[in-house]
Amino acid sequence: MRKFSIQALDTIFAKIAADEKLYLPVDGENGSNYKLWEPGVQMSDALNTVRSAKDFFFPQTENLIEFKVTGKQIDIIDVRNENEDFVVFGVRACDVRSFDILDRVFLSEPIDSYYANRRAHSVIISMACTRPAETCFCGTFDIDAANPAGDITCWKTQDSIYMRANTDKGEKLLAKLDGLTEECDDSAVSAQQDKTRRIMERLPLANLSAEKFGGGKTNEFFNSPAWKELSQACLGCGTCTFVCPTCQCYDIKDYDTGNGVIRFRCWDSCMYSDFTKMAHGNSRNSQVERFRQRFMHKLVYYPENNEGIFGCVGCGRCLAKCPISMNIVKVMKKLGEE
Amino acid sequence: MDVNYEALIPKVGVITDVRIDTPDVKTFRVVTPDGKKAFDHKPGQCAMLSIPGVGEAMFSITSAPTNTEYMEFSIKKCGCVTEWLHQAEVGQQITIRGPYGNPFPVDDAFVGKDLLFVAGGIGLAPLRSVINYCRHYRDRYGKIDIVYGSRSKDDLVDYQEIINEWMEDDGIDVHLTIDREQEGWDGHVGFVPNYVKELNFDTNKTVIICGPPIMIKFTLEGLISMGYNKQQVYTTMELRMKCGVGKCGRCNIGSKYVCKDGPVFRCDQLEELPDEY
Repeated sequence: MRKFSIQALDTIFAKIAADEKLYLPVDGENGSNYKLWEPGVQMSDALNTVRSAKDFFFPQTENLIEFKVTGKQIDIIDVRNENEDFVVFGVRACDVRSFDILDRVFLSEPIDSYYANRRAHSVIISMACTRPAETCFCGTFDIDAANPAGDITCWKTQDSIYMRANTDKGEKLLAKLDGLTEECDDSAVSAQQDKTRRIMERLPLANLSAEKFGGGKTNEFFNSPAWKELSQACLGCGTCTFVCPTCQCYDIKDYDTGNGVIRFRCWDSCMYSDFTKMAHGNSRNSQVERFRQRFMHKLVYYPENNEGIFGCVGCGRCLAKCPISMNIVKVMKKLGEE
Repeated sequence: MDVNYEALIPKVGVITDVRIDTPDVKTFRVVTPDGKKAFDHKPGQCAMLSIPGVGEAMFSITSAPTNTEYMEFSIKKCGCVTEWLHQAEVGQQITIRGPYGNPFPVDDAFVGKDLLFVAGGIGLAPLRSVINYCRHYRDRYGKIDIVYGSRSKDDLVDYQEIINEWMEDDGIDVHLTIDREQEGWDGHVGFVPNYVKELNFDTNKTVIICGPPIMIKFTLEGLISMGYNKQQVYTTMELRMKCGVGKCGRCNIGSKYVCKDGPVFRCDQLEELPDEY
């Protein structure tokens, strides 16, 4: 394990940013969000960013292809250029897990090259939580807020930052910082981890269990009468899907620039009424069905296809952002009591 | 190492022939600009066709894989992409990517079986690929029956191929029907599900159904009442799709994605999915 004084943080950032773009959480008007580091930019102390870290690999919109159309003729232009190395600093344990969940979608055959190449060109430096909040429930999905994954894991104490490399990419980056860090034991980290875990145990959602859910439970929950009541006030705004680090449904659209056509991909939401609409009709006509789809996918369908791993990381963003205060925790509690 | 192959990037295709099948169905012949087939496929698989600036949509490949020169798509005019295609002329370029989904089990479960194809309207399009494949490898299969119905005689897709080729084959019985009496039609009149029951087939056949959901529903009920079980019946599904490779989430139903786990399902497998199609 390596450590450096918190006073040296800017020097460390400068060293990383000298070779690669460095992104980290920065406080802004509407809370903390990832920004490009430049000298003078301060890292946020907030528990988490408003938007999740999925944007780095699966941006809200991205161009896929361009077409040049001349009369009846079409030329296809490959516009892919996801080849810039970058480092993301300060990713929380929940968001690090979300990458694993997204990987199982985008890196399964046929591999999504846009996503895969961004993943390959990134180094993830995670930051252990010290003050998990009342909306946190990562423990429900066996995520340890005090010991996040990532290429490098960091722990921040009052005066120092501790770093441990978990992958080859992490080792390489850590080696580059050798002159600025010193070897140390893990006693300070262990003490801090104990403290964080004790806080986690006392949080209101500490006992939330996902045990009742998982693959093979479709028939158990699909026709539950609870969906109607749970979804009654849902506005179908899709905020939950946009702030969710694991929601990955997308749309593909064309945009005529007047000088060619750009085919782009953008986030979409199963909560939207036109998501499944096609010329001959709509397979999910009501908000009850659309609402049910989102939660069934995270709690039953996804685990069924992915060795029991749930499609939720307990980051709590949907708890904080839903305008009608409906969320996966309420869904799990209500369905779980049946 | 960066990943180079990308499923979402299509190829250019050229429309080399447009056949008018019915007032709202046309069959398009497509090859690459150098005159070749865009890719190989198996019966029942689909392809994404698009017109830049208009949109992209999934279509079943109606020509059989045994056709090594080109692909055909029978397309009914019913939305943005299809309307645009219907006004396209020979020489028009489009884009094509695929093949997507699982085919009908023509090389395993179907082998040695008597086959009963049941189609309604444009539902013949995905089955034509299977029928022509089975005709090509005729000795692998038992007797073949085809029940095909449409609203009227003018709405029968591939009518010329049916009467000139399928009806001429030995060991293939084609049973055509239209919904209502029509001048110049001396064949059967009535809905497909009823006709299937009237024909009173042996219950040892493997059945392949495609058509409007209501036709599939009643045909299946009829078959069950005749003594068939759901393991004998296959169908092909359609839900909204964008990516075609099981990632965009649109055609997700239960733990399945119609684009990659379907579109072909056996009816007992279909029954295990939530009732959302």
